[in-house]
Amino acid sequence: MTEPIYRADVLVCGGTGCVSSGSLKVMEVLRAELERVGLSQEVRVVETGCRGFCAQGPIMVIYPDGIFYCQVKPEDVPVIVEETLLKGRIVQRLVYSEPESHTNVPLYENIPFYEKQQRVTLRNCGIIDPERIEEYIARGGYEALAKALTTMTPEQVIEEVKASGLRGRGGAGFLTGLKWEFTAKAPGDVKYVVCNADEGDPGAFMDRSILEGDPHSVIEGMIICGYAVGAHEGYIYCRAEYPLAIKRLKLAIQQAEEYGLLGENILGTDFSFRLKIKEGAGAFVCGEETALIASIEGRRGEPRPRPPFPAVQGLWGKPTNNNNVKSYANIAQIIANGAEWFAKIGTPRSPGTAIFALTGKVRHTGLVEVPMGITLREIIFDVGGGILNNKRFKAVQTGGPLGGCLPESGLDLKVDFDSLRQAGAVMGSGGMIVVDEDTCMVEFSKYFLTFATAESCGKCVPCRVGGRRMLELLTKITNGEGTLEDIAKIEEIATGMENGSLCALGQLTPGPIRSALRYFREEFEAHVTEHRCPAKQCTALIQYVIDPNKCTGCGRCRRACPVQVIAGDRRMIHVINQAGCIKCGTCYEVCPFDAVVKVSGETIPVPEAPIPVGTFKPVETQA
Amino acid sequence: MPLQEVVEVNESVDLAPLDKVLDEYASERGAVIPVLQRAQEIYGYLPKEVLKHIAKRMNVPVSQVYGVATFYAQFSMMPKGRHTVEICDGTACHVRGAAQIIKVLEQELGIKAGETTPDRRVTLRVVFCLGSCALAPVAVLDGQIVGRLVPDKAARLVRELE
Ligand SMILES: Cc1cc2nc3c(=O)[nH]c(=O)nc-3n(C[C@H](O)[C@H](O)[C@H](O)COP(=O)(O)O)c2cc1C
Ligand code: SF4
Ligand code: SF4
Ligand code: FES
Repeated sequence: MTEPIYRADVLVCGGTGCVSSGSLKVMEVLRAELERVGLSQEVRVVETGCRGFCAQGPIMVIYPDGIFYCQVKPEDVPVIVEETLLKGRIVQRLVYSEPESHTNVPLYENIPFYEKQQRVTLRNCGIIDPERIEEYIARGGYEALAKALTTMTPEQVIEEVKASGLRGRGGAGFLTGLKWEFTAKAPGDVKYVVCNADEGDPGAFMDRSILEGDPHSVIEGMIICGYAVGAHEGYIYCRAEYPLAIKRLKLAIQQAEEYGLLGENILGTDFSFRLKIKEGAGAFVCGEETALIASIEGRRGEPRPRPPFPAVQGLWGKPTNNNNVKSYANIAQIIANGAEWFAKIGTPRSPGTAIFALTGKVRHTGLVEVPMGITLREIIFDVGGGILNNKRFKAVQTGGPLGGCLPESGLDLKVDFDSLRQAGAVMGSGGMIVVDEDTCMVEFSKYFLTFATAESCGKCVPCRVGGRRMLELLTKITNGEGTLEDIAKIEEIATGMENGSLCALGQLTPGPIRSALRYFREEFEAHVTEHRCPAKQCTALIQYVIDPNKCTGCGRCRRACPVQVIAGDRRMIHVINQAGCIKCGTCYEVCPFDAVVKVSGETIPVPEAPIPVGTFKPVETQA
Repeated sequence: MPLQEVVEVNESVDLAPLDKVLDEYASERGAVIPVLQRAQEIYGYLPKEVLKHIAKRMNVPVSQVYGVATFYAQFSMMPKGRHTVEICDGTACHVRGAAQIIKVLEQELGIKAGETTPDRRVTLRVVFCLGSCALAPVAVLDGQIVGRLVPDKAARLVRELE
């Protein structure tokens, strides 16, 4: 049967973010409903990859008009079918509403979240059905491959990539074309192409969204790379925690094989290339390229000193080109549109776009793609919509556990590889976490340090031991037991790790603490000299206390407390037994009267045991 | 990563399905990790006999198989509980209160993250970023993602597991 000609497409996001807010159910109900009203031959349901606006998921876009619905629930489907698909009317209550002005924005193209974005690498994500190669091809997919294989020599391909100025998107920002040239020039008949899809930064999901939303763009980039460097085999090393990405990649590889785009004699030329997927097994250090190679070979993922670089001696000892997912995903467009086109986007030294997983305390968390050179302020306040709950911006962390943070004074920095590094943060592979006044920078640095030390492979001493010692000192500080000498010692160890570690994991582990000390030193000192956590987050230094003048005795907190340490009764002032409190903050969250307060370095008078509401006199019961 | 003990569990293991997997990977280079992954899918964890059998069939020392199995966080040498609760402590979830949720669940279950309750009811794990940061803090209960958690809701969900 031939495909019917559809008059409308309903795109429902099937990316991980929207799936976890229930988009699969929405799709199921939608298909059934279309069937029921007899529209299934007129309206097509397309499951797309991520559109980036995860906070508003599940997301649905209806073409040809481009009507954008957010937070769609299965119950909303019959209304959408009835109103929009049958009668052509917009359902206002499902439309995105500007939080500031409360105006409704019904069309995708007008949503402020997308206005400052420039979709280059993600141009297909959320637009096509990633499980159908035909849709990728319809958007110009595999044209670049055909162009490269039939009209360009491998050297010309490398020249084009070099001329584009593309820098690796895996973190270090090394020139991709130059790396390809090293691999191409390395002696040897057998060479490999590897794609690093380990995405270890715990708070980032750019690579995953590309693999889930547009897997062919990565595959096409890898085949072109294989042609350029003279490799006939490639591996995609993907995090095992990404089952959907792996499933879509497998399907995409299979479809590309069926179309003769992978395998022997690609597009009738004498070039052959095969691709395999390797699943990671949960080790952050395997994102480091030499460790990644060890892991593909089936060994423990321990890094080894470089040189020799993988370009000379990589997988199974052969020259190997390793790039990040996003680096490969840019290649096809560079070949198709030319290096000059690409070089015009972004800044001269960092051409192209940057993709960030914008998360934390911003209003619009999600995936954003912006031209290099945009300021952090524009990303956080224009695209991200500012800080949640009208709190104050405090810091933004980029580069994940091996990155660094910037304070408010850094907001006007223009984002690119070099500017961020100079300011003590790094581009990293794209995690961007925004924190507000409620985040303690000491605790925040400790979080990253805990992560990085747990992931140290243990091969070299500065990283294995240095990280541990630094964590012990930092823990002392968050417990309120630290001294000023401890801060000095942390800085000393940091220098040792930076200079003495074998791989970048150890060298960069001190990054978050370094930058926090640079910009928020007084916060560290408050913990040490005043035993106070200014952000009221370090549990050893805070108490949850019920303000006897505000408590109405409603009992909400008592019922919600997971360890049942709140005493009280109807119309009685409730009291928290500090000895048993685990400081989970539940009471603080649930109290409808804001009677639960967090204190650090101060005390407020409370009764020893519950007394009737209104009878509290502070003098009698000094705390 | 803390060193994992290979525990003795008095359960006999049927090696036949494992042999099938080993046949499949017989000619592939560097297949120890995928074989261990498949073995864990079959048995739920990696019992001692399984590690030994893999070593024998793949012609590598047991120490090497053990070395690989202990290096990667994905592999467990302890039987899992009937339910698995994974709490995300990725950065986005962390800044939105994941630490508190972990604390409450450890309290509720009487175990530390990474452990299984003695009655094998629940295994509690901490994972890093599930790509659902927009719904932070997030947990996975037996494969189902639950978002926008607060401590008492998390405790309630875990209490309700059979
Ligand atoms: C501890 C550690 C973790 C890393 N994790 C990743 C990762 O998850 N993804 C990635 O592409 N690169 C990662 N890298 C960087 C890689 O070693 C390598 O530089 C990169 O994959 C090169 O690709 P590119 O040139 O396209 O940027 C990591 C490096 C270190 C030291
Ligand atoms: S720096 Fe750390 S992770 Fe890197 S090799 Fe040394 S111990 Fe391993
Ligand atoms: S502290 Fe708040 S939640 Fe608890 S009893 Fe008083 S008013 Fe109710
Ligand atoms: S940090 Fe928890 S889902 Fe991303």
